[in-house]
Amino acid sequence: MSDKAKSIASKKATGQDERLKEVSRLRLLLNRPELGAVGGAILVFIFFGIVAGDTGMFSAYGTLNFLDVSANLGIIAIAAAMLMIGGEFDLSIGSMIGFAGICIAIPAIYWGWPLWVSIIFAFAMAVLVGYFNGILVVRTGLPSFIVTLAMLFILRGATLAITRLITGRTQVPGLRVLIENDPIAWMFATDTFKWLFTWLGSMNLIALRTDGTPLATGIPPSVIWFIAVTLFATWILMKTRYGNWIFASGGDKNGATNVGVPVGRVKISLFIGTAVAATIFATIQVLDAGSADTMRGNLKELEAIAAAVVGGCLLTGGYGSAIGAAFGALIFGTVSMGIFYTDVDTDWFKVFLGAMMLIAVVFNNFIRKRVTESK
Amino acid sequence: MSENLIEFNNISKFFGKVIALKDVTMKLKKGEIMCLLGDNGAGKSTLIKTLAGVHKPDEGEIVIEGKKTVFDSPKDALDMGIGTVYQDLALVPLMSVTRNFFMGREPLKGPPFLKTFDIEKANKIAAERMGQIGIDVRDPSQAVGTMSGGERQCLAISRAIYFGAKVLVLDEPTSALGVHQASMVLKYVVKAASQGLAVILITHNVHHAYPVGNSFTVLNRGKSLGTYNKKDISREELLGMMAGGEELDKLEVELEEMNRINN
Repeated sequence: MSDKAKSIASKKATGQDERLKEVSRLRLLLNRPELGAVGGAILVFIFFGIVAGDTGMFSAYGTLNFLDVSANLGIIAIAAAMLMIGGEFDLSIGSMIGFAGICIAIPAIYWGWPLWVSIIFAFAMAVLVGYFNGILVVRTGLPSFIVTLAMLFILRGATLAITRLITGRTQVPGLRVLIENDPIAWMFATDTFKWLFTWLGSMNLIALRTDGTPLATGIPPSVIWFIAVTLFATWILMKTRYGNWIFASGGDKNGATNVGVPVGRVKISLFIGTAVAATIFATIQVLDAGSADTMRGNLKELEAIAAAVVGGCLLTGGYGSAIGAAFGALIFGTVSMGIFYTDVDTDWFKVFLGAMMLIAVVFNNFIRKRVTESK
Repeated sequence: MSENLIEFNNISKFFGKVIALKDVTMKLKKGEIMCLLGDNGAGKSTLIKTLAGVHKPDEGEIVIEGKKTVFDSPKDALDMGIGTVYQDLALVPLMSVTRNFFMGREPLKGPPFLKTFDIEKANKIAAERMGQIGIDVRDPSQAVGTMSGGERQCLAISRAIYFGAKVLVLDEPTSALGVHQASMVLKYVVKAASQGLAVILITHNVHHAYPVGNSFTVLNRGKSLGTYNKKDISREELLGMMAGGEELDKLEVELEEMNRINN
């Protein structure tokens, strides 16, 4: 190409660029995967603002309540979303939560390990389970749906059998006393910004107990973890080379392999990610409740996938966002708590959940068509 | 013979008892476009995969710039400057032009261990490269799915060139395209060759191959029927040499027969 032609071409390109900027902003927004979930969350807040605005749902205490529920779900939903973008499923998240719980409780209570060692042990087991899931899927080429469904049963069964074998029960209580002075446990068990709430209480801006301390004592650890995980996952997906590999692996496995993306390694790491997220969830819950239970996390994998789908992840992979999954989790948490503040029978919660998911999937499908066929 | 950029001397490949390729020889100079013609099952795919380092030849040698070379993996072939654009193009429709362009070879910036994907730089290069082909990417963050088939093909070729291809291997680049789109791709291929690349164009469409090719190698049932310069062979002769030639003649005769009966 001659220099003159080059300059004309580039001029043309830049000229068109400027002309299209405003249109493409709107299109860019419309094409973002999290659009549906953000819109949905706004609708949910408007709905509860009208129906339950004066019931205390949006008081400091009520807000922290539904944020806590959303945050717990969000931690696993984001990991599930990243795995879905990478083109795979993990149905063993819920069982991993139960398994991680007893991995912390049994060594700490029955074997006399320090709590922090037990927590590290649980995370090590999570890495192992995730690696095993991943290597099985990558090596055999079997659908991850089947492989992790098997793992769902194996982990839940092992959790129950081991716990009963060692303790004779299905619950392991007595963890709360171990939290104090532990070098790690505080990361999963401390309310933060207490001073803020004390101050708000002293100014009579938030509800107080009869003894004068505020009802809401601080931001629960789940919320801090949730925000950190969301930011970290978004950074990875949008800003790093590894993030590009995740999209590529889920979008077209063969194509990605042909241009040198280590698809197997990417997928294995994402499976480790979901298992580790399940363990963060489990650690927070076990330390909060002071006990581990073999049934913890039951069906959580489906809620996590649902939140990821509401957040804009395609079931076929290659598309989605962590922020979307975070908003998906926020919708679920808000509705599951908010429904108590309305006159609606809480039995209807699951109906809402299902309907929400259906709408999200139809909407996502429409968005995908827009993105890929807009010419 | 060191003026040849790349030589394939007596390449053979066997799969068990099946002889997929037998004594195939090809030589290419810089700026040359060689069309590799053959009907389905002629061994085109096996030959491409051998060029791309997926298969190792059982006999024969590959010589690049005068040096004998063995490819142990597709990455070896890539590093030696053989850029293969497969039929499926290795593009992800849901990902943006930029993310596709740099898929697997993302430019990085920032301190060690915290290196991030340099999107701005990538966007700039992608838009620039696409502009050079005459494809106006209004927004390099638009999904590849929004592009036409010809544009996607050009994107894949442009990517191969950007990442250092000296020999471009194109697998049926026009088979899925309409006339207009196909001519756009072929024009780009000619331009690439004029900048000093050697191009191996694999196709079963003589009408697409003939106008752009400098030389033609015809494969039939795993064997080369020879390499011909353009001045030595006509379009019809080429067509005749491909397995389809005789059959097309027969078809013509049959159609005439049918016409006579109908009239």
